[in-house]
Amino acid sequence: MTVPMPLIIGVTLAVLLGLATFLTWFERRLLGLWQDRYGPNRVGPGGILQAVADGVKILFKQDWIPPFADRGVFVLAPAIGMMTVLLSFGVVPVTAFWSIAGNLNVGLLFVLAMMGMGVYGVVLAGWASNSKYALLGGMRAAAQMISYEVFMGLSVLGVVMQAGSFSMRDIVLAQSGLWFIVPQVLGCMVFMLAGVAETHRLPFDLPEGENELGAGFHTEYSGMKFGMFFLAEYAGVVLISALLATLYLGGWQGPLLPPPLWFGLKTGALVCLFILLRAALPRPRYDQLMALGWKILLPLSLLNIAATGAILLLHAPG
Amino acid sequence: MFGILRTLWLTFLHMGHRRVTVGYPEHKPPLPPRYRGRIILSRDPDGMERCVACNLCAVACPVDCISLQKAEQDGRWYPDYFRINFSRCIFCGMCEEACPTYAIQLTPDFEMSEYLRPNLVYEKEDLLISGTGKYPDYSFFRVAGVKIPGKDKGEAEREAPPVDIHTLLP
Ligand code: SF4
Ligand code: SF4
Repeated sequence: MTVPMPLIIGVTLAVLLGLATFLTWFERRLLGLWQDRYGPNRVGPGGILQAVADGVKILFKQDWIPPFADRGVFVLAPAIGMMTVLLSFGVVPVTAFWSIAGNLNVGLLFVLAMMGMGVYGVVLAGWASNSKYALLGGMRAAAQMISYEVFMGLSVLGVVMQAGSFSMRDIVLAQSGLWFIVPQVLGCMVFMLAGVAETHRLPFDLPEGENELGAGFHTEYSGMKFGMFFLAEYAGVVLISALLATLYLGGWQGPLLPPPLWFGLKTGALVCLFILLRAALPRPRYDQLMALGWKILLPLSLLNIAATGAILLLHAPG
Repeated sequence: MFGILRTLWLTFLHMGHRRVTVGYPEHKPPLPPRYRGRIILSRDPDGMERCVACNLCAVACPVDCISLQKAEQDGRWYPDYFRINFSRCIFCGMCEEACPTYAIQLTPDFEMSEYLRPNLVYEKEDLLISGTGKYPDYSFFRVAGVKIPGKDKGEAEREAPPVDIHTLLP
């Protein structure tokens, strides 16, 4: 069974952007549910058209570029942020037959590379804004995302070792017996934390840090450029959830239900977990964040690699 | 670590809790009778204006949003005009506390939004109600020693007739 590539790309893009928009509403409703209030519930049934209303509003807002900003880079930054997230989805296999480049043999590396690129979106935004709060936000983003990328890369190595491949499809196929979350529970935790930091979501949203930096790196942004950052953030949440589902929860595999549904369910549940993190946890201090990364997560992921390697060697045939 | 997980779990459990939000336009929140909302001027049990234009409320008002002018008829003082600027009023209730005649009272009603700011300036016609408000039996002129038509000096409740100073002459 082959599905024409343009169709896959088109549908993926449409679903992703739709999902990111939907999440802007869904997150607020869910936060409301967990904080004993309602959230936006007025526009349309259950408030679902709130996303549309917000979109229309943000499209018609004045798209203001501050005179002191570096114009070219200022415009480029949100595009980079959005693009890298969307490109990463290319290698995520939704099912065995439905993915843009699911069996790319360096799939996982591609994702990590794209995340590395994604830092530029935030850092350049902070830099080009040419204002102190934005710059501070961008600087934090650089330090936070680069250091968390280290453990992110290291934490997935366990999975790669077990599956013996960087290709996302092979990784999923290797989990047909046992999901990797069981042997790789340590790696999964580290990957998840690094993922939260990587998408600079709460509680690790120090680059934004509303209460000390205004809005951090996107302080100077308005209109749809701000909207791009926003959508990229939500798309990033979906991406990390999809990656977690693929790498540790067996991707599309599962009993009874059809594969795409399994993938959607796992990803959806993880997205809800992301939102729960936001609802429940306070933001750590900046130095606490860095200390957590370098003093706890790095040793943990190294330990994970060493243990996985040792066990694999012991069980190696011959 | 455990604390973080516990927080997550407890927050998750809030899914089953009742929401505290009151969906306002559909569900009106219950307001206690002494709620400090829109201000009214009440009348005494005889249907006369209670306000005696003493200006105490205007003086007590911390934001100076009350303005009135005294007029007089047959010994009774009453406000010629009485104006409250609700775009300044902070609903503190000081005016009600200051009023010696229970004339000015705050009521449990806060739905007084306007599109135009001048519409928030209420005149006496807007403020004056035909009832007695929170104090149904009180009438200032029946207990005060002021002479008004139908009630001479010394005829108020619990008031002794005035001393005839001429009888004190030697
Ligand atoms: S409630 Fe307070 S602010 Fe309002 S009129 Fe009375 S004294 Fe003034
Ligand atoms: S409302 Fe009360 S305090 Fe104000 S002028 Fe009238 S009698 Fe005096």
